[in-house]
Amino acid sequence: MAHDHDHEHAESSELTDIELRVRALESLLTQKGYVDAAALDALVQYHEEKIGPRNGAQVIAKAWTDPTYKEWLLSEPTAAIASVGFEGRQGEDMVVLENTDEVHNMVVCTLCSCYPWPVLGLPPVWYKSAPYRSRAVSEPRSVLSEFGTELDDSIEVRVWDSTAELRYLVLPLRPEGTDDWTEEQLAEIVTRNSMIGTEVVVAP
Amino acid sequence: MNAGAAAPGPHADVLPSLPRDDDGPVFAEPWQAQAFAMAVHLHEQGHFTWTEWAAALSQTIEQMGPAEYYEHWLATLETITTATGLASSDELTERRAAWQRAAESTPHGQPIELGAEQ
Repeated sequence: MAHDHDHEHAESSELTDIELRVRALESLLTQKGYVDAAALDALVQYHEEKIGPRNGAQVIAKAWTDPTYKEWLLSEPTAAIASVGFEGRQGEDMVVLENTDEVHNMVVCTLCSCYPWPVLGLPPVWYKSAPYRSRAVSEPRSVLSEFGTELDDSIEVRVWDSTAELRYLVLPLRPEGTDDWTEEQLAEIVTRNSMIGTEVVVAP
Repeated sequence: MNAGAAAPGPHADVLPSLPRDDDGPVFAEPWQAQAFAMAVHLHEQGHFTWTEWAAALSQTIEQMGPAEYYEHWLATLETITTATGLASSDELTERRAAWQRAAESTPHGQPIELGAEQ
């Protein structure tokens, strides 16, 4: 694995006032039996595709069509992403990992479920699951194949472990046959999973 | 209290300002989705009608003045939770303090859970 596996532990965690209020409501109402955690998850999951992945897709499509932007995105990801209007409230630093013909990148958070939500929205349920968190590290290729992603043996798979301060976004390979596509058309085919690195982008 | 035909559900035009696109609500941050889901779920469980929710929301907007849409939403959720007796404001205050303590005693990067402060 080509990454530093340690999470950087600061002294303590912080919740904003709003997060405290939301957590207070949710834990209290769940405890009293008025809301059901699974039902809330289902509602959120239903909408999760609407929350953020489109933001990330716009960033990717822009990088595919604008070489100057791509260079900026790779060298100063946080600023380049912010320029499109997507910023983490707590100032997490973004790192953009470029997939190439030789390297496929895949993101996990082994300890919890750190996730670049300003660009990808809410983490999918599988991302937060214990099996993904452990198996992405121990057997990434078999996890990939469960997502239907079969990579040539010559391609190196790199797994990156998110931290509270560092969030990764995968820049997938632009599919062949899309040379004359517009940025908007390209953004349509960039999937959430391709930006986590469990899938590749395919042109329909 | 059940939502009848005259009480439109959360996807109806009763909330024209709900940030949304063709497929439904959109959220800028995870907590917004949580707040959204709680209100919809409590409504579906019959704790209030959607008309009551919309009335409470517009009252909040009037009282709070300009703020992010979901900040109004969250404040309304707190109001309606205490007004319907689902939880008291003391309980909410206490619980917020508990989460604050939990956050302070949780190393950065680990999930924050209640009970971690003990």
